[in-house]
Amino acid sequence: MSRALLLLRRRLVGSIFVLAIVVAGTFLLLEASPGDAVDAYIASTGGDAGMIELLRQRWGLDQSALTRLANYVWALGHLDLGLSVAFSRPIRDVILERLPNTLLLMGSATALSFALGTALGIVAGARPGSFGDRALSIGSLALYAVPGFWLGLVLIIVFAVDLRWLPVGGIETVASARTGLARAADIAVHLVLPVAALGFIYLALYLRMMRAGMAEVWRMDFILAARARGLPRRRIVLAHVARNALLPPVTMLGLQSAQMLGGSVVIESVFAVPGLGRLAQEAVGARDTPLLMGIILTSAVLVLAINLAVDIAYAFLDPRVGADEAAA
Amino acid sequence: MSGLARFFRKPETVAGGLILAVLGAIALAAPALFPGDPQAIAGPPLLPPFRDWALPLGTDRLGRDMLAELVHGARASLAVGLAAAAASLVAGVLVGTLAGFAGGLADEILMRLTDAFQTVPGFLLALAFVSVVGPSLSVVVAAIALSAWTGPARIARAEVLSIRERDYVAAARVAGMHPLAIALREILPNALPPVMALSSIIVAGAILTEAALSFLGLGDPNRVTWGGMIAEGRAVLRSAPSLSVFPGIALVLTVLGVYLAGEGAVEGAAARRGLS
Amino acid sequence: MSALATISKLSITYNASAGAALGPLDFDIVEGEKLAVIGESGSGKSTLALAIAGLLPTGTRIDGTIAWPGLAAADDGDRDGKRVPENGRDIGFVFQEAAASLDPVMPVGRQIAEVVRTHRRLGWRAACREAEAMLRRVRLPDPTAAMNAYPHQLSGGQKQRVAIAAAVAAGPRLLIADEATSALDTIVQAEIVMLIRRLVEENGMTLLFVSHDIALAAQLADRIAVFHDGEMVELGETAQVIGQPRHAYTRSLLAAHIGLDTEPLLGRAS
Repeated sequence: MSRALLLLRRRLVGSIFVLAIVVAGTFLLLEASPGDAVDAYIASTGGDAGMIELLRQRWGLDQSALTRLANYVWALGHLDLGLSVAFSRPIRDVILERLPNTLLLMGSATALSFALGTALGIVAGARPGSFGDRALSIGSLALYAVPGFWLGLVLIIVFAVDLRWLPVGGIETVASARTGLARAADIAVHLVLPVAALGFIYLALYLRMMRAGMAEVWRMDFILAARARGLPRRRIVLAHVARNALLPPVTMLGLQSAQMLGGSVVIESVFAVPGLGRLAQEAVGARDTPLLMGIILTSAVLVLAINLAVDIAYAFLDPRVGADEAAA
Repeated sequence: MSGLARFFRKPETVAGGLILAVLGAIALAAPALFPGDPQAIAGPPLLPPFRDWALPLGTDRLGRDMLAELVHGARASLAVGLAAAAASLVAGVLVGTLAGFAGGLADEILMRLTDAFQTVPGFLLALAFVSVVGPSLSVVVAAIALSAWTGPARIARAEVLSIRERDYVAAARVAGMHPLAIALREILPNALPPVMALSSIIVAGAILTEAALSFLGLGDPNRVTWGGMIAEGRAVLRSAPSLSVFPGIALVLTVLGVYLAGEGAVEGAAARRGLS
Repeated sequence: MSALATISKLSITYNASAGAALGPLDFDIVEGEKLAVIGESGSGKSTLALAIAGLLPTGTRIDGTIAWPGLAAADDGDRDGKRVPENGRDIGFVFQEAAASLDPVMPVGRQIAEVVRTHRRLGWRAACREAEAMLRRVRLPDPTAAMNAYPHQLSGGQKQRVAIAAAVAAGPRLLIADEATSALDTIVQAEIVMLIRRLVEENGMTLLFVSHDIALAAQLADRIAVFHDGEMVELGETAQVIGQPRHAYTRSLLAAHIGLDTEPLLGRAS
């Protein structure tokens, strides 16, 4: 247990540094964007030079860059991400509204890709070089080459348009006023295609990692020793080879979270899912840079949290991690 | 057996190399194969594919020749893929080598910087960058490189750290070789192969990212891009799915070719180093 | 003195172009004996051990036969008198690198218990009790705590004790130790040799002890087989092989050995 806590403490300190750099970076990008929040506000609402001056003073935008950075960080400390120009609402509220949908989409896609990918990887890796192995290998490579948004469109064509089994988009049937279990089921049906589009690509990744890992573990001496002890093949494959080969894919889970967040932008756009990714696209369209920066900050925090969780899970899976520190 | 001969051993890598060679040839020859502006009207709108031999893949919503657009789109995809990979590799190797060489505080700071760039989702970063600076092919390349440099940086640093301690470097130092000369003559050539192995993955990722950016309308508006074509086809998805399907197939084939050829190159490099 | 195993015209070829790595060999493994197989690197002694245990990599060419009259005789109801030995149940194998022979992410107690469970068809709880008993038999300090220990938490000698426990847990008739002590410190080496000797005598097992150390063999074995370049150059009672070696290679092996350290250490370690 102490091993996990030591790891947690060390990672938290590192994460704070990383977050500080991200905050500085987003501030710089905000500075670099042409015009500031006032310009965008005036552009949509209208007003004269006096109004501009007044707003600049009120929003503290007429002060030096360093002061503005300090204000920015201070506001962040209070979880105040500023005002969205496009929605005329606090950015924090807009993001919190959309975040659950993205989390649901990402979580389901990750679960699907990891579970199915590693399972198929075990199947392929149980008999290396067999026909099934080679077929899965080439198939997964082809799948990994598919652009996620295009896969989404193809799935829509096949399942929503031609077969009419599943809805074309959205997260639930509009104005249906369902509650409880019925609503959950409705949302689940709407999420099938987006989760499939997002998940299948990464499924290929986990499949290949698991398969490669199994091939590597098979060659290790303790597997020969397990055979020498007369253990049944199935036990060797599952309890020893797969169990050891599982470690790299688990590490990948953390690393993939950033990529999957990025992928959710296009998938949410294709399927009209009202999530964080779609919000980013809307922010770009409306030239709402503060909102975009807020989304980037939120994503960074999300990725850091996921990586931390994965690292701790990994420490439980691999007893060798952090052993020297805990003993010291 | 030379690296090239080894490349030709496996059927997969030969297939990959073939696909890339054909695509490269098509992309280079595009102005000759389909002279004129691919965005010019060539026929009636939404002509289905395989009907008219002058327009083998049909036309899009405005009546533009699909095949011409596909061929010209290859130029954008391949150009961005290669340029973004080159930029990421150069930037990454520079940062990684510097961090590995300098050590201490400079190394720590550079590594935290790398962490930060890896934490922010690459696509979001690219989105923000393009939206702030403005869409054009070179901006897209820079946007992709902004997040792709971290991989090469880490590998380069790890290699430099391990090679730094090896005997032949110590021997060079004892012989009085200037540190910069050591870096360039002894360390860098040996640190490069694992970084190069990453290059095919970066190229593939760059092609897919560019396609996604174009799909969202953030690509270069003056160029024909496969992502842009897919986005246009979305409006007529029910009636004319081929508008979106064909560019997608082109993307899959291209990326697959890059992966397959890349795997062969990786094996060749590893074998040449004696599978270290 | 019946034969446990009879090896006839055995020949092993890994790589067709390189020729036979081992053989042809003809000899018996006598029931209940301690047979030492001595040779230097590349002599084929490990190949022999793996061949007898059936652990050679797939694609290895095996000519000749290994018959197991000793096993068939013990099984009543075995009609044709032939039986192929099962790994773990009939043959126990101890490898040179104990660290490499244990799964790094599974507690050592469980690794012994799964052997018991496989061959003696016990449930997990009973198997774990047996595993702890085995850990006690191999004289591991604090067997109860050791049950939940991971391999990286144990010393080299402790890991090898665990590996031996796993090899012997199902009560095999033959124990093959392939350079089981070669990777250990000298004092620990002596302890492990003592442990192997005690277990073999307690269980009435036959021992095949592969090593490059002829002095170690002399203390432990009843018979010694000397291998050189894939051939058995000498086979005989220990006293005869050590005292009056017949083959020139055996003589050179004995001459090369300094021979000051083994006996006092073996005596001190028990």
